[in-house]
Formats: sequence, C-alpha cells, structure tokens
Amino acid sequence: MFYRTAGQFKTSYSADQALFPVRQDAVLLIVILAFAWIIFPLTASEFTFQTLLIPILIYSLAALGLNILTGYAGQLSLGTGAFMGVGAYACYKMVTLMPWMNPIVAILLSGVFSAGIGVVFGIPSLRIKGFYLAIATLAAQFFLVWLFEKWAWLYNYNASGAIQVPNLDMFGVYVAGPQATSFTQYYVVLAIVSLLTWVCINLTRGRPGRTWKATRDMDIAAELIGIDLMRSKLTAFAVSSYIVGVAGALFVFMWRGAAEPNLFDIPLSFRILFIAIIGGLGSVLGNYLGAILIVGLPVVLGIVPEALGLEITSATVEHLNVMIVGGLIIFFLIIEPHGLAQLWRLIREKLIIWPFPH
Amino acid sequence: MLSEIFVEPFADMVAAPDFLMQVLWEGLVSGILYALIALGFVLIYRSSRIFNFAQGIMVVFAALTLVGLHEAGVPAWVSVVLTLGVMFVLAVVVERVVLRPLVGQPDIILFMATIGITLFLIGFGEIIFGGENKVMITQELGIPTDSVVFEPFGGLLILEQKDITAAGIAALLVIGLLLFLNKTRMGRAIRALGDDHQAAMSVGISLQTIWVLVWFIAGIIALVTGIAWGARAGVSFALEVIAYKALPVLMLGGLESISGAIVGGLMIGMLEKLFEIYWGQPLLGGNTETWFAFMLALVVLLFRPQGLFGERIIERV
Repeated sequence: MFYRTAGQFKTSYSADQALFPVRQDAVLLIVILAFAWIIFPLTASEFTFQTLLIPILIYSLAALGLNILTGYAGQLSLGTGAFMGVGAYACYKMVTLMPWMNPIVAILLSGVFSAGIGVVFGIPSLRIKGFYLAIATLAAQFFLVWLFEKWAWLYNYNASGAIQVPNLDMFGVYVAGPQATSFTQYYVVLAIVSLLTWVCINLTRGRPGRTWKATRDMDIAAELIGIDLMRSKLTAFAVSSYIVGVAGALFVFMWRGAAEPNLFDIPLSFRILFIAIIGGLGSVLGNYLGAILIVGLPVVLGIVPEALGLEITSATVEHLNVMIVGGLIIFFLIIEPHGLAQLWRLIREKLIIWPFPH
Repeated sequence: MLSEIFVEPFADMVAAPDFLMQVLWEGLVSGILYALIALGFVLIYRSSRIFNFAQGIMVVFAALTLVGLHEAGVPAWVSVVLTLGVMFVLAVVVERVVLRPLVGQPDIILFMATIGITLFLIGFGEIIFGGENKVMITQELGIPTDSVVFEPFGGLLILEQKDITAAGIAALLVIGLLLFLNKTRMGRAIRALGDDHQAAMSVGISLQTIWVLVWFIAGIIALVTGIAWGARAGVSFALEVIAYKALPVLMLGGLESISGAIVGGLMIGMLEKLFEIYWGQPLLGGNTETWFAFMLALVVLLFRPQGLFGERIIERV
C-alpha cells in the first residue's frame, strides 16, 4: 500500500537504472536524512550523542569500508582495526606537525595513508586466496599495532604512549579536542559519513563496483572476460582502506578523544566484521543496520536490568553482554545469513505487493 | 648496521651454544602448544571445511572447567573425566544449535558463527568461573614439576619436567590421532567427509554423528592443550590469544595437513623465539612475537599459496 509501484512507468533505460527506481525509496531516504540532519541533533542529549549517534555513524563508516573489500570484492580482511589506527595516527601527526591545517582536510587526507598501507598489504591477495588471505591482513593487524606501540615518533614521544587529541578549530568553532561540543562533532561526522556513503553507493553501482563483484563471484572467470584482477583487487584494497582510515581518524578525533595502541587491536577488527556481516555483505544499507544493532544492543542491555529492578553487578552485565552478542550473531546468521539488509529487501518486496500477495 | 643484522646475532649464537639451546627448547615447547591448537583446527577443517575460530576459547573453557571442578571438591582424575563429558555436551550443542541450521552456507558465514561461539563461551565462562587467573592442578594430576639440568659445552641447560611431559603427551596424542584417522572406520569416514560431503553422505556416512565426533575430539585436544599450557602460565582468558598464533601455524603448514600443523607449529615456535632473542630485543625494541609468525607465514605463502604441506589448490571455472 505504502510501497505500491503501480503507475511509476520507466520510459528509458537510464530511468530504470536510476538510484531510486521506486519513488517511495527516495521519500524514505529523505525522511531518514531529515531525522539524521535535523531532528536527532536538536533533540539528542549529551549521552545519546556519545553512546549512540556518533559511534553508530563511525562504526557504520568503518563497516562500509570493510564491506567494499569483503562484501563487494570478496577479499576477507581481519585487519580493519589496524587500518583505522593508521588513519588515526596519520591524522594526529598531520595536525601536530601542521597545526594550521583544516581539521576536516586532515581527516580526509589521513585516509590516503591507510590506503597506501592497505595496498601494500593487499599485494599478497594477487596470489593468496580465501582464508589464506586472512593471514596477510592479520599480519598487518599485529604488525601495525606493534608499530604504534614501538615507534615513539608516531605519538610525539609522549610518556604515556597514547595520543591525545588537541583542540582543533575551524572558522572559530572547535571541532575536535576537549573543548569541542558533541553537537558540532556530530555534524562533522555526519557530513563526512554522508559524503563517503554517497561516493560508495555510486562506486559500487558503477564500473569499479561491477569489476569488484565479478572478482568476488569467480576471479578466474572475471579474468577471462578481460578484467584486470590486479587493478580490481588493489583498488578495492585502496578504497576500502581509505574509508576505514577516515573512520579511524573520526573514531579518535570525534569520539574517543584519546587512543592507545591496543584500542586498535583485533577485537575492534572483529567488531567491525560483525557489523558488516550481520548487516549484510555486499550492501551499503546493511552497515548502518548492523552498526545500530551492535552499538545499540549493549546500551539497551545496560538499561534493562535496572529497569527490571534486578541487582546485577556491572561486571556481570558486561559478561552477559558478550554472551548475548555472541548468541545473537549465531541467531542472525541462522535466520538470515545474508544479513539485515536482506531482511529489509524481503520486507520491501512484501510491502510492494501488499495487500495482494500474488 | 648490516653487521648488527647479519653477523652479530650468529656470533652470539656460536659464542653461547647452551643459551641457544635453551632458547630453542623454550621455542619448541611453545611450538608444541601452537601445534596442538592447530591440530584442533585442522581436524575440524578437514571434516567440515569450517575454519573453527573457537578452538582457542575451547582450550580456555576446558582448562577452566577442569580447575573449577577440582576447586569444587572433585578429585583430580574424576574432574578430567567430567570435563571430557562437558566437552562432549559442548560438541553436541554446537552441532545441534549452530552447525546443523547452517549447513551449506558460505565459509565466511560458518567462520563468523564460530566467532559467535567464541564470544558466547567467553561471556559464559566469565560468569561461571570468574575472570581471575587460576592455577592449573599440575601436581594433583601427577605431572612432575622438577627440572632436569644438563651441562652441554660447559654451559647450563634447564628443562622443566612438565614441559617434557607435555611434549610426550602431545606426541602420543598425535600418534593416536593419526592411527585413528588412517586405520579406523570412523577415521576414514571423517576423511571421506572432508573430501566430498555429498559423496560421503550418499555412501551412508552420517554428517551429524561425524561432526559431533570431530568437535568432541577437538575438545579432547583442547583439554590436553589447556593442561599443558596452564601448567606453564596459569589458566585465564588471556590464554585465548594463543588461538591467533595457531592461524599462522595452520597457514604455514597447510589447512588440511596434520603433519603440516605439527611441523608448522614447531617451526614457528622456535623461529619466533630465535628472532625475538637475537634480533627483536636488541634491534627492534622487543615483543616481536606478536607479529613475527604472521609475517613468516605470509612470506612462505607468497611462494607456496597452499602452505608447506597443504593440498595443491586447483582452480577451475
């Protein structure tokens, strides 16, 4: 009823290939954007900004980056956390070496460094496939985190070994550091995430995306029809690491405020892999749904026992959390291995023909 | 600089052969443990093509159950038997609840499911046993804790008896496993299932039974690993990180090969110790053990994409 496509005729191929062939999709997106850009920031409390809105956006972006590599190009990566770290440390070095630099430019540039390192660790993918490739990204994961710890130049020889985000301003408004408000930080994150999502949607719809998908589905066949595998795989590594790097810079500069090397350790990589897989591999929307679930769930679980009046220590709550997240991962994999995005696709199909199921 | 990399470490090795032997022995012992964990992986991978990430937490879980039962007043050997029972129940539950509904899904989905199992067991274990470090019941199990001292080349070489015991038990386990896989009906069924699910099922091999069996064997290996490693370093959830170490071991040896897991484990254990002592600490600031194994495996894979002993990858369109 709400999704009826009757009367929406396509008279050209380009209309059929449009981003929103169904008008209701566009309307829905506008509603979501209106919530994200206007209603949430005006109504959210400091707690909501810090525990839900900002982390959901940043994790979605990181998962989107991983999804380009794993979901679209089919190259399994377990090193996302380390590449986020590269972005964060690159951004930190840039703003401390060149304090005049516009912070948003610094954040967007920091992705370039992680893209470079991503390509280096992507080179083995030309020869190693499947689970064996996971070793290349795991090597990156452990080596880079070790490097963050041992290479004192990276954290400006701090005694603590951690990076602290300085106060950064843009046109007189603080956007990062202790003096920045959550409100401005939310808008910075939202703007960058929206921009990169828009770029990604179009990349995956266009020629690069099609070559990635061909590589994923069967690389030998893709090679036979004239796809340059090296180019396809390495661009996937570059684009993916770029986005992950930017997400890492946002992660530290717009949310955490400080970072130690072990923040980027393997649990972070797995967290992002969960988001991408629960959301749905090979989908852009799925990353958002997955991030909402994975970030939102612990918050909800933290509130529930109190609301029920149960006396549970915070340590037990944390352990229960881990346990429930583990159980949910299995649960979602069983009910829908293609992720939440597929679930939405099914619902949408049903809505289009509703109320006449045939 | 060049001499620091290429000359001095070797000069040090020759100058103090007893120290070199001690380093190699230490490496060998940790290599045995890596190999044991990798063995659990290989078994499950061979029979079901599942990359079982939960092997690491199964080690912790088995060790914690053993210590927990003993602390509750159960005699040591009875608690070993009970722990085996728990691992069997775990195998059945995993097969029923997780694997059966996911049959036929892509590899990465099954891999994620095992990560889900890992998280679940971490949370579950911490709630039941608490997060603090526990002491393995070495003496109660009759494992000797003295050390043997040799004096080769006029130096000093100390071998802990519990490490020797661990090496012996690991060797027995491997021999038993090889015999089981190659000489018994069940073992042949496991290998058949690994080669081709559908063909194996069509000749009457039960997928479900074999999966439970394989996960149970992986549980037994986990318990042995847990006892051996726990005797050295205590039992805690930090043990779980050795699961990551098993990955390069597997890749180096080849995912399908039992002998590959053993050779890979011993190689990585010794080489990473050597590298850490002679190159890592003097030149790189130490703690290189976190990544050395991965880099080594990566370099080997670049030349042999299927690992040292893996089945040759034949690609067809």
